[in-house]
Amino acid sequence: MTWKQLFTSSIGKKLVMGFTGVFLILFLVVHVGVNACIWANDGGTMFNKAAHFMEATVVIRILEVGLFAGIILHLVQGITLEIQNRKKRSIGYHVPMGNRGSKWYSRSMGLLGTLILLFLIVHIKHFWLPNRLGGLANIHEIGFISYNGKAYHNLYGEMLVVFQSLAVVIVYVLGCISLAYHLMHGFYSAFRTLGLHNPRYVRIVHATGTAFSIIVPLAFAMMPISIYMGWIS
Amino acid sequence: MEHYTMNLTLKVWKQKNQNTRGHFETYQVKDISSEMSFLEMFDVLNERLIEENREPIAFDHDCREGICGMCSMYINGRPHGPWHGTTTCQLHMRAFKDGDTIVVEPWRANAFPVIKDLMVDRGAFDRIIQAGGYISVNTGSAADANAIPVEKEKADQAFTAAACIGCGACVAACKNSSAMLFVSAKVAQLALLPQGAPEKKSRVLDMIDQMDKEGFGSCTMTGACEAVCPKEISVDNIARLNEQYLSAVLTIDK
Repeated sequence: MTWKQLFTSSIGKKLVMGFTGVFLILFLVVHVGVNACIWANDGGTMFNKAAHFMEATVVIRILEVGLFAGIILHLVQGITLEIQNRKKRSIGYHVPMGNRGSKWYSRSMGLLGTLILLFLIVHIKHFWLPNRLGGLANIHEIGFISYNGKAYHNLYGEMLVVFQSLAVVIVYVLGCISLAYHLMHGFYSAFRTLGLHNPRYVRIVHATGTAFSIIVPLAFAMMPISIYMGWIS
Repeated sequence: MEHYTMNLTLKVWKQKNQNTRGHFETYQVKDISSEMSFLEMFDVLNERLIEENREPIAFDHDCREGICGMCSMYINGRPHGPWHGTTTCQLHMRAFKDGDTIVVEPWRANAFPVIKDLMVDRGAFDRIIQAGGYISVNTGSAADANAIPVEKEKADQAFTAAACIGCGACVAACKNSSAMLFVSAKVAQLALLPQGAPEKKSRVLDMIDQMDKEGFGSCTMTGACEAVCPKEISVDNIARLNEQYLSAVLTIDK
């Protein structure tokens, strides 16, 4: 047994998907928590300060490198698995099994993952890139905002501008729906891949996974919607 | 249940051998009794084909009482047909009604090449068992049956896993043609018992290694295997297998 085998065997590849999947789930918790600050209804002060903490704290910047490494690993292994698994049955069935025995989203993790990736490209271009490369000020007038004489990136202002477009809001909501179904299978499946078989814990993970897959993407989707509809000041 | 007879249209996969391309052939069968088994219906059809000097349809069968794991038909889009927890040989014609069209295909997986018509080569399963699905016991007089204490609940779980007949329906149902339900049952039946403990690390590593070599896909936990398993083997076994694999990979001395 070598370390290489651990990553190239069929279960090894799934373990990578499971570990990175759980890591990305943890990231979602942080992301949705920070973003929920926009609902403080204080003109974005709390949100901008929270975002400032995330970009100015060295620990979080290091974790961010880990986050991108996690996403890339999840993506590369996911694509590899999808391609390899599709090659295992050269002649398909005349009558497919369809939904008898499995859910459509469980069978469509590759497709849902691709949709999430497409959304992420748009999303990173909207917020992360301009923020990190200092491009906010170049794109919009609202680049910086000052609280108590200290300058902060006005990410809240960027949100207000970006989510004025109905098309963008629709893309974000579709991204959240893809995420919801991806999690609906992925949350539970990740723990099974990591070896969870005790029935007591399986029940807890199943229930938690279902709740998480509904609540977190719904919270994310409500952000562009509430800005577009003008529900927050 | 009241007895009735039916006329059916069968669309059956015909393939001369592993190296030729197959095709569907349509057959009409008449006066089939609702009390026949699915394989008896094929017997009736084959008798007629032989009388007409046509080639009968090749299919696997042996015990015809649901315990040998030889029968392997993918019937109307489901391995072993429409009934839950049933092998093809135990499927009865009362599952169908007069005038039905039934499509019968072989297990589809590159690791299970078609030998002829509806027969596939499941030798890959044997090679996975040979790689480690056993316990090594020295020859000599038989040990006392109760020498090693076994918890009743564990013994029951091991027995439930051991109910796997190795028919391959899990592979046929899986979108990835994964053999994980089969392998997990064969690992779990030993992992749950004290007799399986001494070889538990090498067993799981060697069996998974062989499984990958045979060309089965990886598990995506869709649950399709569990849904079609005639012996109702649970996907809990797959999670147990994953746990065994992870701990073996991290702690093996080699």
